[in-house]
Amino acid sequence: MTDPVRPVLHARGITKFFPGAIALADVELALHPGEVHALLGENGAGKSTLIKCLTGAYACDGGVVELDGQLVDPGSTQESQKLGIGTVYQEVNLLPNLTVAENLFLGRQPTRWGMISRRRMAAEAAEVLAGYGLDIDVREPLSHYSVAVQQVVAIARAVEMSGRVLILDEPTASLDQGEVELVFDVIRRLKARGLAIVFITHFLDQVFAICDRATVLRNGHVVGTRALADCAPRDIVHLMLGRQLESEVRERHGGQGGEVLAEIDGLGRRGMIEPFSMRIRQGEVIGLAGLLGAGRTETANLIFGAVQADQGGVRLRGRALSLKGPRDAIAARFALCPEDRKTDGIIGDLSVRDNIILALQARQGWARPIPRAKVEEIAQGYVRALDIRAASLDMPIRLLSGGNQQKALLARWLATEPELLILDEPTRGIDVGAHAEIIQLIERLREEGMSLIVASSEIEELVAYSTRVIVLRDRVQVAELEGGEITAGNIVRAIADEDREVA
Amino acid sequence: MAAPHAPLRRLAPQIIILAAVLALNLAVFPDFFRIEFQNGRLFGNLIDVLNRGAPTALLAIGMTLVIATRGIDLSVGAVMAIAGAVAAKIVVDGHGWGTALLGALAAGGACGLWNGVLVAWLRIQPIVATLVLMVAGRGVAQLVTEGTILTFLNEGLIHLGAGTILGMPTPVVIWIALGAGVTWAVRRTALGLLIEAIGINESASRLAGINAKVLLTCVYLVSGLCAALAGVIVAADIKGADANNAGLWLELDAILAVVIGGNSLLGGRFSITASLLGALIIQSVNSAILLSGMPPEFNLVIKALIILVILVIQSPRIGHWLYILRASGGDPAPRRKTPVKETAR
Amino acid sequence: MTFKATLLAGAVALAPMAAVADDDLTIGFSQIGSESGWRAAETTVTRQQAEARGIDLKFADAQQKQENQIKAIRSFIAQGVDGILLAPVVATGWDDVLEEAQDAEIPVILMDRTVDADESLYLTAVTSDLVHEGQVAGEWLAKEMDGQPCRIVELQGTTGSSPAIDRKAGFEQGIEGHDNLEIVRSQTGDFTRSQGKVVMESFLKAEGGANICALYAHNDDMAVGAIQAIKEAGLVPGKDIRIVAIDAVPDAHLAIANGEMNATIELTPNMAGPALDALEAYLQSGTQPAKWIQTESRLYTAADDNMAVYEEKKSLGY
Repeated sequence: MTDPVRPVLHARGITKFFPGAIALADVELALHPGEVHALLGENGAGKSTLIKCLTGAYACDGGVVELDGQLVDPGSTQESQKLGIGTVYQEVNLLPNLTVAENLFLGRQPTRWGMISRRRMAAEAAEVLAGYGLDIDVREPLSHYSVAVQQVVAIARAVEMSGRVLILDEPTASLDQGEVELVFDVIRRLKARGLAIVFITHFLDQVFAICDRATVLRNGHVVGTRALADCAPRDIVHLMLGRQLESEVRERHGGQGGEVLAEIDGLGRRGMIEPFSMRIRQGEVIGLAGLLGAGRTETANLIFGAVQADQGGVRLRGRALSLKGPRDAIAARFALCPEDRKTDGIIGDLSVRDNIILALQARQGWARPIPRAKVEEIAQGYVRALDIRAASLDMPIRLLSGGNQQKALLARWLATEPELLILDEPTRGIDVGAHAEIIQLIERLREEGMSLIVASSEIEELVAYSTRVIVLRDRVQVAELEGGEITAGNIVRAIADEDREVA
Repeated sequence: MAAPHAPLRRLAPQIIILAAVLALNLAVFPDFFRIEFQNGRLFGNLIDVLNRGAPTALLAIGMTLVIATRGIDLSVGAVMAIAGAVAAKIVVDGHGWGTALLGALAAGGACGLWNGVLVAWLRIQPIVATLVLMVAGRGVAQLVTEGTILTFLNEGLIHLGAGTILGMPTPVVIWIALGAGVTWAVRRTALGLLIEAIGINESASRLAGINAKVLLTCVYLVSGLCAALAGVIVAADIKGADANNAGLWLELDAILAVVIGGNSLLGGRFSITASLLGALIIQSVNSAILLSGMPPEFNLVIKALIILVILVIQSPRIGHWLYILRASGGDPAPRRKTPVKETAR
Repeated sequence: MTFKATLLAGAVALAPMAAVADDDLTIGFSQIGSESGWRAAETTVTRQQAEARGIDLKFADAQQKQENQIKAIRSFIAQGVDGILLAPVVATGWDDVLEEAQDAEIPVILMDRTVDADESLYLTAVTSDLVHEGQVAGEWLAKEMDGQPCRIVELQGTTGSSPAIDRKAGFEQGIEGHDNLEIVRSQTGDFTRSQGKVVMESFLKAEGGANICALYAHNDDMAVGAIQAIKEAGLVPGKDIRIVAIDAVPDAHLAIANGEMNATIELTPNMAGPALDALEAYLQSGTQPAKWIQTESRLYTAADDNMAVYEEKKSLGY
């Protein structure tokens, strides 16, 4: 490929080893001024590793990075910022208790006579943010504003500090449609200013909406760089997966489920979620829908006993359960795959194998270790059944990609043979391929007669697999949709419409 | 998967370092490895290293488990003093050595439980929770001994510290047996796995159904019991309970042994064997200093320097270099030469 | 003189001195704490001394803290005591409170340790002479060996502490000019029994038990530890290796009585005796004592009735 313009940033031959694995092999990436460049790939393809190598968070084991034709070798993220490479991560990396202005200028506050001048700082901050189409009170703490605004502040900070290359690592992952537009607007402005922007996301429609070119990684190798004007989404997906995605259309398998497994009666906790009741039948998938903070996760945690309820109760096949903690729930064959994989799910330094058998072992108790052969059988079995991709079962699970970690966590709970499986955001932050597999798995488990509760912010997804959808708004159950009622439109209406109450 | 070799690879750095420090001993004292059999006991510098390393080794067993849960137990030195005092008091009052040993273990166990309750149930940070007993424990021991060195002549009790079993000093037999026993117990049951899980991610472990509170308490209990044994041995060795000095600063040696053993203070994967090698390494360094005949003013400086070198050699960055070196050396296919960036950060 | 007369002059019954008419004397005693057996014995002996003289002793335990001692002295001044005994925990920082005592015309006597303050601020200091103790030990060994060659190993106190420095220097003075005596190894045993044993083990290995003729330990505890190491090495302590140490704690007397140790030099716990003598003389007749009263560094060997001393001393709280 001939580049008519000299790239702002040109990385060549980037190579990185992890113990027992090659994370990046001879990767090349060229960024042109005024271009938005998508970096695509399934989880574990090497996107994050590449970014960390570029920004100096990792020392790479081979390769060179040129910035404006000059060889650079940032030893730390601070150094790369100084060189002109700014990064914004999915989880906003700012300090929520400081003001917007302070966040914007942290570490380089404007001073007067050696003292920080708050007035000048506020004025300059307001001016900077105006350039991003943001008109807010910069003297308020950052936490006052929505994630989207925080994201824009993070972008502004990165651009103001660096100003040549901006790397956006899944900036839209936790934003709603309107908020995405706000961020896109900012990206377009920056593009016009001639910045080279790397955009990482799992949403293909967003890629085609905002990006000019895309580089696709698979298994640590570059499989292609394409100008997006010349190709269709399926070409990109094909590159990413090496196979065509199966047809998205799915028939709804009917049925109201079988016998009632569990009855939840007025379960609630003051200040967290209003009391709610539901009946869970065998072989049904109950979807929990609602905006961020509507109470989906709280509902899941309460049923599992991860957070103790202060009112109401749960009955299993008619018998009252005492749920004082997860151990009680697990003993009753409940299982919960939590929302935050990193902090509540994986045991990062333990091997994939140990992570898979952990819940089963914990239920058996320390005195009855699962025999080695049985452990191997369980772990291998789930690795095959769920297509968990790990170089070795001995590998620490933290080295796996998000999708594979999620599958290993599912394996952990499936190994306990649960009757009620609660999944909180099972597809967040994982790639297209794993996404489809997890949805298929949910269907299969339901067919086998398991009861599932799935909390998700992806409405299309809920529509695809739920036999019943409970809609939450402001920590209250506001609607329950069944059968034919379950459509994306109905759910959105229930979430948004204060007046409509479906019994 | 190289399962059969994995444990050996885990212990390789400690074994190499121990060999190096023993070689240093040989350099300052050519007869270092000579072992004789006299008066019915093995006699030699190597035996001394094993014997004198006993208190640190015993503490390191418990400390390894505590540190694996991302905790720390600063009280073990004081618990040694308490246990020694209790044992001495019991034999001085005319009871048998068995009673004394049980009494000391009960005292140590009670101390461990106390720590465990503070950490697991009251959620006090381990360093603070165990500091309480570290400060107060020696006072308790002094109350038991009434401020004096409580001397005793009970042969059975003395045998635990100064006697021999088949020619081997009793403390050596005790710490090797306990180390093997605890290692066996945590690896043959699921305890090791569950302890590691708590240390790496307590919240996730709790959600996976691990009874973190009970396990944490048990871990501090074990640490207290190990400290009690160490305390009895130290008292028996000198036929007296010295509340002021028994186990003084030994908690730091125990922590150091765990660290030299390559266990992270941030919890998680642990190896008791490696910690025990760490304790032997520390004792070998002490031995080299004593045998060298240097003026005592240099003791601490030399010890610090040697340990600094050991820790630097074990640092992850150096480990990564070695990995790269091995990877490039062991790869027969000529890889395209790319400049290797190894920034020392 | 029998040990009783030396150690507990007038303590047991109404000794002649107690006859002096000082019925209503009140003395304050600020003690450091009870960090060692010797310290406990010092407290016991001081109480006994006061009782025997009919003195009302006000005792304050400072638990190793100078501020507690200063508080105690101020309260003694406020109570209007006739004199103050002070065993100072540190050397510096006493000027102010000593001036307050002087203003109140209350004489202060330092016991066991001295302070960095003007001499005029206290009446006198009663202390042992650490260098002298070492010297007595050295001279005893020189006399004992009588010109035969002897390789000596030394167990030092805690590195850098003044007893370790002074007792080492004193011993070296004591053996000076005796070319037959040579210190071949010297290492710290931290004043503890267990370290004394550990370090002695290494001496025995490094030199070979047969090549060591004598052990000098800076305190008895280390010597008691070393005795066990010597026994475990198959040698006879007190015969194969001569042992001399300092302090004369009860266990050392026991060891000498059992023939396992040869000599110990007493660091007497009776600081109060000379101190109260000086105080009473000053209060009654205005006699100014010398600024430093040195206690006797008595040598105990197998020639003494060590069992009797042992039994006696055990009751003092060692």
